[in-house]
Amino acid sequence: MSMTTQDFWQTEPHHHEEGASTNIGFWVYLMSDCLMFAVLFATFGVLHGNYAAGPGPKDLFDLELVAVNTAMLLLSSITYGFAMLAMAQDNRAGTLRWLGITLVFGLCFLGIELYEFRHMIHEGAGPQRSAFLSAFFTLVGTHGLHVTFGSIWLVTLMVQVSKHGLIAANRRRLMCLSLFWHFLDVIWIGVFTLVYLLGMI
Amino acid sequence: MSAHTHHEDNHDHGSYRSYITGFLLSVVLTAIPFGLVMAGGFESRLLTVGVVVGCAIVQVLVHMVYFLHMNSRAEEGWTLLSTLFTVIIVVIMIAGSLWVMYHLNTNMMPQMNHDLLPEQLR
Repeated sequence: MSMTTQDFWQTEPHHHEEGASTNIGFWVYLMSDCLMFAVLFATFGVLHGNYAAGPGPKDLFDLELVAVNTAMLLLSSITYGFAMLAMAQDNRAGTLRWLGITLVFGLCFLGIELYEFRHMIHEGAGPQRSAFLSAFFTLVGTHGLHVTFGSIWLVTLMVQVSKHGLIAANRRRLMCLSLFWHFLDVIWIGVFTLVYLLGMI
Repeated sequence: MSAHTHHEDNHDHGSYRSYITGFLLSVVLTAIPFGLVMAGGFESRLLTVGVVVGCAIVQVLVHMVYFLHMNSRAEEGWTLLSTLFTVIIVVIMIAGSLWVMYHLNTNMMPQMNHDLLPEQLR
């Protein structure tokens, strides 16, 4: 019955395979990022009616443009999924092709968003105009910044994969970016619902 | 550490069918709220808001299952557990902020307290 200390406590440091905990670690990062977005959503929720006699959502937003933008991000999500399926089949050329298509959709999304921002600022509805617009630009801009960094990461991984192939490290990195990319699409669901659609009702 | 022995097989990459299913569900769940708001919404504003927010919640779940491949088995349940923890914090933070700031706005506007001010300051 007696259990020696040796048996009970693990005296040897146990070894993890390299990258074995990357997935859960990256997931925890995404959850903390989610908390940051929650703060921005809460700020927007509190300030969404403070127009300071300036323009409101109905004067500014073009739902058709937002719908196109949403389609871009959704399409980029599924093309990234196809890249992961190609990776699972050890198809390097297919992975690179789908990653390239994902990048194009991601850049289209950013282009449309920048066009929208430029249009709004040009009309005098910049972030300084009212608390509503400050909260809007912070929330939507932070999401756009995430997509920007995601796109840079995507290009980096395309270079890595074309140079070194689908090695274990690259698979791990592609898996992390996959989580990041789909996570941004989830945040965008919150943005188009709470900011654009509820603002236009 | 048996779960990590076959590291490549540990992560669920999903299948072609699951991605297409998730994509089609997302398209429908995006089209409904956009179509509804663009068409002017229902008579009752509350009903429109309810449908739009409801579609968003369902779509988030669809994305988590079909694109992020979440399930109770991944990483021995830690993925699901950390997500549930995050959801609880997010709900407390957003609902709490809105609640507190709403009451702050309605109860502490300067003009609301005019009756309480001394006569000469009115």
